[in-house]
Amino acid sequence: MLAFIIRRLLGAILVLIAVSFITYLIFVKIPGGDPAPRIAGRTATQQNIEDIRQKLHLNDPFYEQYWGLMKSLFSGELVSYSSQLNVVDQIKQGIPATFSLCIGAGIIWLFFGILVGLISAVTAGQASDRVITVLALIGISMPVFWLGLIVRYLFAQGHPFAFMPDGEYVPITQNPWQWFVHLLMPWWVLAVLFIGFYGRVLRGNILDTINEDYVRTAKAKGLPQKRVLVKHVLRNSLIPIVTLFGLDFAAVLGGSAILTETVFNLKGVGWYAAQAVGDLDLPPIMGVTIYATFFIVLFSVVVDLVYAYLDPRIRPT
Amino acid sequence: MATETTTDFTLDTAAALAAEEHGAIEGKSPWVLAWRRLRRNYVALGFLAVFVVIVVACLLAPVYAKHVAHTGPNTNHLGETFTRDGQQVQVISEGGFVNGQFKAGGIPVGPQLWHAGGRYVFGADSQGRDVAVRVLYGGQNSLKVGIGSAIICCFFALVAALLAGYYSGKTDWLISRVFDLIWAFPVLLLAIALGTALSINGFHHFGINIEAGSLWIPTLVIAFVLIPYIGRPMRGQILSLREKEFIEAATAQGASPFRIMFGELLPNIASSVLVFFTLIIASNILTEAGLSFLGAGVQPPSPSWGTLIADGQDRIQTAPWLAIIPGIAIVLTVLSLNVFGDGLRDALDPRAKVKLEH
Repeated sequence: MLAFIIRRLLGAILVLIAVSFITYLIFVKIPGGDPAPRIAGRTATQQNIEDIRQKLHLNDPFYEQYWGLMKSLFSGELVSYSSQLNVVDQIKQGIPATFSLCIGAGIIWLFFGILVGLISAVTAGQASDRVITVLALIGISMPVFWLGLIVRYLFAQGHPFAFMPDGEYVPITQNPWQWFVHLLMPWWVLAVLFIGFYGRVLRGNILDTINEDYVRTAKAKGLPQKRVLVKHVLRNSLIPIVTLFGLDFAAVLGGSAILTETVFNLKGVGWYAAQAVGDLDLPPIMGVTIYATFFIVLFSVVVDLVYAYLDPRIRPT
Repeated sequence: MATETTTDFTLDTAAALAAEEHGAIEGKSPWVLAWRRLRRNYVALGFLAVFVVIVVACLLAPVYAKHVAHTGPNTNHLGETFTRDGQQVQVISEGGFVNGQFKAGGIPVGPQLWHAGGRYVFGADSQGRDVAVRVLYGGQNSLKVGIGSAIICCFFALVAALLAGYYSGKTDWLISRVFDLIWAFPVLLLAIALGTALSINGFHHFGINIEAGSLWIPTLVIAFVLIPYIGRPMRGQILSLREKEFIEAATAQGASPFRIMFGELLPNIASSVLVFFTLIIASNILTEAGLSFLGAGVQPPSPSWGTLIADGQDRIQTAPWLAIIPGIAIVLTVLSLNVFGDGLRDALDPRAKVKLEH
């Protein structure tokens, strides 16, 4: 097991190095032409461009360029050229809002996803299953930012059915109640897609598992229906959901909540990257991309370890 | 967030299922049998019809613009008036005091449906442009990007999966690592990074020249980031198919690797490719909308459903139809593809049948 953990961690480090190199390619090499003015963005001065050329060693061979980019990114020297603010600092500032959004939404979508999947599997073929299936399909077919806009338009302050505060993030340390109320709409909007998706996946898994022999055995033993469902069926059907949740949660923490954050004006990590798109300001996007992949790689290692722990068959030798 | 990836069925098993069905199945190809099942699924066919109607409507955008709305997608109508039920109405309200009440100016006219003889069916935007015309033209771009990237993505994923699955060993290792790498990036962020970086200068490498602002940029970006989501499950299927006797037989007959890959392996995974293709179009349309909403997708002045929603965002209070209508277009398109894709999978995948019986 220890060897497996070490190998997995080494693999993760290699992936991170490769990912950072791809990031370098995306921002410096692929677009072609002189990268300095491009990285400097729309609002750059001549001085900025000169600075970048020096800092990123753009006149040197590619490995020095790559090294220069990584060094300035990790030492925190890289600044956004539209606001002149340090990229690493800005990402750190966005983390509380992003984590608040994602953890809350994650709890909602995991709980309701499982609930919805369970209900629709138990009542498969009946009216409630059909209704849930239709709602889940609509849920996964909606663009999340559009849903956010509509919800904001309908329920936020100054709108037709106003009873919710509109957007913005209130730090939990400042006012826990306001923090909660301000995040309610974003939590649900972000969770809807995942509830629909998880519900569908779980429904399929449960219906597959119900046909297994050991479930029939459990029923034949005379176990109560509920116990069979929870202890034997649900437990096994949840394994793929654990994997999905690990990866989706990592992606969301890493900035995939970018659309939700933008619509609700939550100043998180994703919001920070979205602001940079308009100015064609590359350093923030670069920083957030590396930050996000860090989470995804980290969580995929964690998911693998949890998996290996839960199911000894996939523990490789 | 990508489509469900558990489809390890083949046409073989579809035929096995059909054996349990009533009626003669001998001499019928698995495709015919699948079609027989699909034909009975009226919901799936109904939604396929919805999708076809949307595609045709978007293709007819120029006709609609010319003969019904009498305007173009980018034609401004600031300060103009039109007739509604015999009355003159301003396209953009002027504001001021009306009957002693103050009304804000600059608000575009709302949806007229058919009261204005085909003009402003879905209202106007802040430039006085006809929203219905723009939604249709925007749909053309959204569908082009969605379907185009699905074709490109499926093609490259399939070729990579065939190579990896057929040659296995080092080739497989290399291709799988590439998949892993792309997989390590969050889909939307990688697409934003590529979309933004490419929208500055365009792409000029390997003899390929794509101008900044071209529709090819979002199309290729989306195709690229989703390749592992299709390639990985395909590779798994091919690896297991490769051990089957018919491949051995083909090899013994002296069939070339190319022939085995495209003549033997490909037809056996064609059904899953088809399902993936349908579902990935839906996912691509959503991704395109997200990218364009953030400004890293389809570039103005070209409209797309995503950019139309982004334009409407700031006017959501005074002119909600600007954001609502393109959103409904997206939901309808994506929903119809998802429902049809599900129906297609049920028709091709025997296990789905087992699921439904419970």
